[in-house]
Amino acid sequence: MLTERVFMRKTKRGNILKIVREHYLRDDIICGSAICKHCPVSMQNDDDIVLVANPSAESSLFKFPIYLVPDTNVILDQIDIFEEDAICNMIILSTVQEEVKHRSSAVYKKFRDIVGRSPRHCYVFVNEHHKDTYVERKPGETANDRNDRAIRTATKWYDEHLQQSQLNIPKAKRIRVVLLTNDAKNREIAQNEGILAISVDEYVKSLTEHPLLQDKLKHKTYEVESSKNALFPPHLSPAEIHEGIKSGALLQGSFMASRENYLEGSVNVEGIEKFVLIQGRESLNRAVDGDVVAIRLLPEDQWSAPSEIILQDEENDPGDVLEEETEILAVKAEVEKTPTGVIVGIIRRKWRQYCGILQINQVSGSTRHIFVPAERKIPKVRIETRQAEHLKMQRIVVAIDNWPRHSRYPNGHFVRALGPLGDKDTENEVLLLEHDVPHSKWSEEVLSCLPKLPWIITNEDYERRKDLRDIFICSVDPPGCTDIDDALHCRELPNGRLEVGVHIADVSHFIRPGTALDKEASLRATTVYLVDKRIDMVPELLSSNLCSLLGGVERFAFSCVWEMDHNANILETRYHKSVIKSKSAMTYEQAQLIIDDPTQNHEIAKSLRHLNRLAKILKKKRIENGALILASPEIRFQVDSETHDPIEVEAKKMRETNSMVEEFMLLANVSVAEHIEREFPECAMLRRHPNPPQTNFEPLIKAGENQGFEIKTDCGKNLALSLDAAIKEDNPYFNTMLRILATRCMMQAVYFISGTVQNEEYFHYGLAAPIYTHFTSPIRRYADIIVHRLLAASIGADSTYAELLDKHRNSELCNNLNYRNRMAQYAGRASVALNTHLFFRGKTQEEEGYVLFVRKNALQILVPKFGLEGTIYLNIPKDNSRHKPGAPVFVFNKDEHTQQCGNIIFHSFDPVVVRLSLDSTNVQREKLVFELVKPYIEGFSVEPMELSVDDNDDQKASDKVSESTPKRPIGNADENKPKKKKNKKTKK
Amino acid sequence: MANQDLLSDQGLRLDGRRAHELRRIRCKLGVFSQPDGSAYLEQGNTKVLAAVYGPHQAPGKKSNHSEVIVNCQYSMAVFSTGERKNRPRGDRKSQEMTIHLQQTLRAAIKTELYPRSQIDVFIEVLQADGGNYCASVNAATLALIDAGICLKEYVCACTASLANGNVPLMDVSHLEEVSGGATLSVASLPSSNKIAFMEMSQRFHLDHLPKVLDHALQGCQQIMSILDKAVREHLALVGSASDWGNIAK
Repeated sequence: MLTERVFMRKTKRGNILKIVREHYLRDDIICGSAICKHCPVSMQNDDDIVLVANPSAESSLFKFPIYLVPDTNVILDQIDIFEEDAICNMIILSTVQEEVKHRSSAVYKKFRDIVGRSPRHCYVFVNEHHKDTYVERKPGETANDRNDRAIRTATKWYDEHLQQSQLNIPKAKRIRVVLLTNDAKNREIAQNEGILAISVDEYVKSLTEHPLLQDKLKHKTYEVESSKNALFPPHLSPAEIHEGIKSGALLQGSFMASRENYLEGSVNVEGIEKFVLIQGRESLNRAVDGDVVAIRLLPEDQWSAPSEIILQDEENDPGDVLEEETEILAVKAEVEKTPTGVIVGIIRRKWRQYCGILQINQVSGSTRHIFVPAERKIPKVRIETRQAEHLKMQRIVVAIDNWPRHSRYPNGHFVRALGPLGDKDTENEVLLLEHDVPHSKWSEEVLSCLPKLPWIITNEDYERRKDLRDIFICSVDPPGCTDIDDALHCRELPNGRLEVGVHIADVSHFIRPGTALDKEASLRATTVYLVDKRIDMVPELLSSNLCSLLGGVERFAFSCVWEMDHNANILETRYHKSVIKSKSAMTYEQAQLIIDDPTQNHEIAKSLRHLNRLAKILKKKRIENGALILASPEIRFQVDSETHDPIEVEAKKMRETNSMVEEFMLLANVSVAEHIEREFPECAMLRRHPNPPQTNFEPLIKAGENQGFEIKTDCGKNLALSLDAAIKEDNPYFNTMLRILATRCMMQAVYFISGTVQNEEYFHYGLAAPIYTHFTSPIRRYADIIVHRLLAASIGADSTYAELLDKHRNSELCNNLNYRNRMAQYAGRASVALNTHLFFRGKTQEEEGYVLFVRKNALQILVPKFGLEGTIYLNIPKDNSRHKPGAPVFVFNKDEHTQQCGNIIFHSFDPVVVRLSLDSTNVQREKLVFELVKPYIEGFSVEPMELSVDDNDDQKASDKVSESTPKRPIGNADENKPKKKKNKKTKK
Repeated sequence: MANQDLLSDQGLRLDGRRAHELRRIRCKLGVFSQPDGSAYLEQGNTKVLAAVYGPHQAPGKKSNHSEVIVNCQYSMAVFSTGERKNRPRGDRKSQEMTIHLQQTLRAAIKTELYPRSQIDVFIEVLQADGGNYCASVNAATLALIDAGICLKEYVCACTASLANGNVPLMDVSHLEEVSGGATLSVASLPSSNKIAFMEMSQRFHLDHLPKVLDHALQGCQQIMSILDKAVREHLALVGSASDWGNIAK
């Protein structure tokens, strides 16, 4: 059964430790080729034979069929090539696989996925444990050399092994094994040993049927970088960085590029409360957003403050020169300085693939072009492609390869095209890809987990569940909502108490742990709502039908029922699985009408009125406890049912009923959180909202001070009180804007597992609740499903399973949920931004707005009607060439944060009127243009609408170029604000 | 967690075994002449010596007139692990191990045959690479047989653990013990299908217990056949002059 030969391996680590491990070599590992006649038959399993007997000979370099053996560097560097189906019939050696895994887990994941695809015919050969291909490291041999030798040995063995099975085939037609390596030395040795070896470039170029594959080749230069013409200082070597960090001379952290100024970024260093500021191109030293970098702090007298200006890389490729940066680096001595540093080395690149557009090289016929990523934090990328004409009107995906010292931009290569520019589907695709939202079609395996239709409730089900079909339960949701996951009821009990029930769709009944459906749902983690599209977490059959608590049909529910007195004090809580029949699925508006109409006195009306009254009491209690009411501009689009183009924008209205539903959902969540934490102190899935550090509040406090209000931020309650007090008679929107600012100071609320965090940290800051979880929306959030399972196990309605109680596994799950949630939020915002663009196509509108921030060279304007934020640039560009004499000059007052022009002064929160239009001069990059209308400044403001001016001329003529990709305000405390989304209700 | 990597996609463990395979077992009986019985056993890189003295007269106080006293002593050599560590005899870990071994061996020895006597079993771990308890039990069984003490049957021990959260692994090595989840050690009397001793290093979900236990018992079964073969070979060798080889067959 197995050849038992023990080999010893010695490893050293730390204070030199000899580790001896067994290494078994086997004789039952098969070669996996369909032509093989020599492998032990007993071990063969049809699934294991993946290499086909007649691989097609597409390469013009080989006249016979071949199997490929790639080496490690080929896979690491050219992973995009392997994504193509043209490359198949590969033998993956375990040596290679291990090395890939060791060097880059991202590539390994991708590669494993590729190998798993059946049409690719990739076979993983465990050469390290095969008795004939195991290679022992020779004395003095480096690990790399040993691995290269192991690869060669295995390739040779394969070749000879296959020859034995093909003795009856003419030599020229026999299948050969070809080593794919870019290492010239290795190739030479291989050829001397009689192994066919070839470089990837040669191989790809020889695939005459796939000429476009060449674009995807990564250009890796192994040349030593000359310091001549270098634009950037060299990076330190890993050893130097390691040394530096150990001695404390260097700091390590993740780099975040600034969205507003491409020559500025910050590094989040553990142990330093403030972000470390990085300014200027040389200091940034080729770091890309997300990279883990090593920085050196500058001495305190060289510290600087984030510049107040907004800067974007607008130029067409100016060649490899660095422009003057004096403007940015001009330090404002008076302003509070923050720690400043320079990046001296990159510890880990976090490059991913980026979506964006191609900016064609003006020199026709050139294959070198510039790629402009959609994400503003990412620098432009140089790529080489022969299909520029075809790609210039497309959204494309590009990967960064390297960033040499002498190059202004990083080099990259084309990965794939997504579709035509401006096309709705393409744009949505970009959105989803950029935010890493899984949105593929449901696989067969997943769909097979769904219940068969027609779905009927059996007697057994009735027996196991509490029958609540006679109770007057109703649901209240936004219009058009199809995934109804909660319903409510309230009735008076004979003992004078009130019985309030929250009934949540019983999704965990349909999604059983461990099934493909469960795995897919846990990966997706949340339903993503775009303006015109919903990317479901579970298939539609469940989300819109079987789980959805539609009116008038029997559905399974998980009920949380309280007995309360008339002052909304909970006297008793019960949880049970139930069968309900919702009497009516109402919209917020309908429910409001019923409550307000005194002539209606049926059961539902009574129930709603009770609920409404109790909700008001609950809300009052909550606010007294210090819960925050935050704001972020919420809008919804009315979308054309045919074209899915937005036709009208409206701000979301809040009705009493919204808040009514919300209160009971909060109450249910808190009750359930307490319950599962008690039952599973080690592994309950909860949600917390950390206290924001005081530094986060600085912009808010400053903004308040400028307006003469003191904002206390020492605790949630004081913050809530001071926000309530900050009201300006003449500016009704002022308070809302302060709340918007406050929202931005908040931390992100996160899921966590109870056993992993100290009890005191369970606190939910925004809601002022000591403990909180998500229970009420299992159709659109995976966390709720886990909570349902925990709750069901605790009341004996369901059994536990191993993963449910595994703390570490659940922690990993939480990380994924938090990540996906954040991404879903960003994707939703980006979708609104996209639709705002579409809305303004061919339209110009004047709207009321407010100054949100006053910057050194710009005003940031918020337009509440669209929830839109944009920038009006004030002063002239650096080169005065475009500066028209006589243009007004703005004077920036640093202390008070005001801009003055003549006798007009702009403060934060001042109302203005702006004109919004879409600048379509560049089809590839449409921009929303903000222009000042009121107050009117000669030579700067545009005339009111009647005297319409040609936008483009305007832009060139004066220096009031103002543009912005609209940005949605970043709200953090998502519990507190209604989620913006179409077809979706307002509740948490 | 490293947990994920204990079993590769190709179904091989880190050392090249499949999930249901034991490590190589090599053993030798009668390695010393001073004790009444002795054995040396290698289970992969775990190497154990066992020596048995007795049955001899029990000291007056401890003496039990109905059955034999089994006295064990378990110790680990200072050089048995990667890092050299001085292990005083009678530290908590060895004490616990001693009690466990005593319990297991009592289940196998026909204790009623030796009233007022005592059997001493000394176990020394020379190299530790996971499954120390199991190797100790297996070595002790051989030493007891070598000493000619009446056993009900072989007592064998084997560990089992879980890889990737749901695949049971048989006979885990030190590396797998450390990076994996809970390890279940079982000592059983394989012929009569009885369990003499069972211990778990951590909690795991009840759902997993049957399959992990099943694997451990299978391991015991396989170990028994290996030990049995070794005993027969030893007998053939020792008694070759008087043609025991044929009798043992």
